Amino acid sequence: MAEITLNNVVKRYGDGFPAVNDISLDIADGEFMILVGPSGCGKSTLLRMIVGLEDITSGDVLIAGDRVNDKAPRDRNLSMVFQNYALYPHLTVYENIAFPLRLAHAPNTEVDERVRKAADLLELEEHLDRKPANLSGGQRQRVAMGRAIVRDAQAFLFDEPLSNLDAKLRGQMRTEIARLQKGLGITTVYVTHDQVEAMTLGDRVAVMRKGFLQQCATPRELYEQPANLFVAGFIGSPPMNFIPATVVDGGFATPFGNVRLPDDRTAGLGDQEVVLLGARPEHFDDVSLVDAAVKDRGLTFDAHVDVIEWLGNEQFAYVPYEAPEDITRQLAELERELDSEALRTQLVVALDAASRLPEGQTATLWLDLRKLHVFDPATGHNLTLASAAPGASDELEQEAHAEAERGLSDAGPADSAAAGSTSDRVDGAERPTDTTT
Amino acid sequence: MREYSTRQRVLWIVGSLVIVVYCLFPVAWLTSLSFKAPADLTNRQFLPTEPSTENYEQILPGGSAADLFMPALRNSIGISLIATGISVVLSMFAAYAIARLDFPGKRLILTTALAVAIFPAVSIVTPLFNLWRQIGLYDTWPGLIIPYLSLTLPLSIWIMSAFFREIPWEMEQAAQVDGATSWQAFRRVIVPLAAPGVFTTAIISFFTAWNDFVYGISLTSTSAARPVPAALNFFTGESQFIQPTGAISAAAIIVTIPVVVLVLIFQRQIVAGLTSGAVKG
Repeated sequence: MAEITLNNVVKRYGDGFPAVNDISLDIADGEFMILVGPSGCGKSTLLRMIVGLEDITSGDVLIAGDRVNDKAPRDRNLSMVFQNYALYPHLTVYENIAFPLRLAHAPNTEVDERVRKAADLLELEEHLDRKPANLSGGQRQRVAMGRAIVRDAQAFLFDEPLSNLDAKLRGQMRTEIARLQKGLGITTVYVTHDQVEAMTLGDRVAVMRKGFLQQCATPRELYEQPANLFVAGFIGSPPMNFIPATVVDGGFATPFGNVRLPDDRTAGLGDQEVVLLGARPEHFDDVSLVDAAVKDRGLTFDAHVDVIEWLGNEQFAYVPYEAPEDITRQLAELERELDSEALRTQLVVALDAASRLPEGQTATLWLDLRKLHVFDPATGHNLTLASAAPGASDELEQEAHAEAERGLSDAGPADSAAAGSTSDRVDGAERPTDTTT
Repeated sequence: MREYSTRQRVLWIVGSLVIVVYCLFPVAWLTSLSFKAPADLTNRQFLPTEPSTENYEQILPGGSAADLFMPALRNSIGISLIATGISVVLSMFAAYAIARLDFPGKRLILTTALAVAIFPAVSIVTPLFNLWRQIGLYDTWPGLIIPYLSLTLPLSIWIMSAFFREIPWEMEQAAQVDGATSWQAFRRVIVPLAAPGVFTTAIISFFTAWNDFVYGISLTSTSAARPVPAALNFFTGESQFIQPTGAISAAAIIVTIPVVVLVLIFQRQIVAGLTSGAVKG
């Protein structure tokens, strides 16, 4: 049980490539902190630096106030769940869980008591005498967690623990991990590339990109007040729509008509000529379902809907549109960074399941302007956020914002193409050789 | 596992049988010879006319050739076991370093090891003979153990480093996070996981030492260090008209037994795949 503090932590590999760049984070005692980002963003490296499996090039890592930079992993008293579980195949489940206690020369009675307690918590009692090879993926995952919780570690570290499970099991284990962490109340750092895991599990989420911290905030804040284009595009599924717009005397000209945003959304706007308007899919609606009272707070426009996906509880409509080429290129770049691929510029619109909009025809849609974000395409900054009341975020998050902005100015869109090629290599270095049968 | 058609299965069985018979025929012949009485040796048939244990009595304690055979057996066992032990321990450490660490000259060490392994033993026997006599290692156990190590270590290092490379590094990291020192992680996690490799190298080392003839005959002169393969060379018949073939066969059978037993004991361990279940699979 301890707080973990990272001060300007940098990891530079032998060839000078910075995998983790000047990251400062305060993880409070008992907090569930998520490190999230696309592959190659340095999140696993950061976690391994906390646990001591990677050297720290510069900066400090403090656990419970003690600087641990030069301590061996075993002296840091942290426990970790690895992506591929790293169970000891020659030991039974019981001995796997007991392993840390055996190393600490705990007396047999204590070992037995603790192992049974952990097994009870994770419902592993009937498997204690089996070997890991005979367990299912979910059971192995639980054994790995048992090994982590069996001793009084100062914090738990998870390195993408669910990425090897199938979708259904992943959902269940996610809930289990949340329950376990709440029950034990132990500081937890959890690395994932899955934004759903990040949003559902974390007390706070640190979004990383190319070794830089972009934003560290509560899931709600990330979703509602993303610091920049990257965070806005990364958090949320389907992702936020970015609509290119030109500034025309106080308003914006978009492919869907001219809009004038409420003053609080545009306060950060400087002398930009072109901006990106960020609109979540759910900020659109079928105009016929919009309450008349709010209708004039939004933009009503006609658009050609080419595909509709009906999911039962909601439906997604896709509206292709033409955008200026440089904007299209920048959006494609952003998409690539987020591990996806944009084939065309299109709006993704979430409609109420009751909507009966026909597919392949022109429909009248409505966009809620009160929740739009304005982004500067050159820097990626969220111009809406700059105008948000500063009281909304505490001191810590302001620090994180400052961090994010510093990061952005260093790794702006201009050099992102060059860095993009190297990021794959880092990912390869993080990944262990998989020798499964 | 892919399914074979009946035709393929039959071909496989026939092929295997041919190989087994081909390999085991000399052993069967040797066994048959060892049970033939001296007068029966040239009976021009495979089986002895009348099975006799005379040859075995001759070489076991109380027999006429026991003075030659029993010390040689003791030498062989001792030298082979010691050489195996040292070889396994040394190659384990060396291979671990080669598999885990990146140091300058790593490739050089591996290629040199390979070069040493394929170097013909006969060519270094003569210089060794002179050297050993000068420094007093001639006709001693260490005098044989050291050359055996030079034969077995390169191969052992190659095999072991291949096994170590197979073990996910995360196993060791997990152990370290769990509170193990590097040595504890090595001993409690890595070595048990590399057990098939350890047994393989142990067996190979043992066989190399056990079967060696060139060093055994060249670097020894008395029963102080002479191993069995060399001692067989000194077997004689009861008179110069009697061939020692029967006694040699019996001795050969006896020294084959430990080898067979070893393989039978360890074949289970040699089967790879012990790491299954360590990681997602």
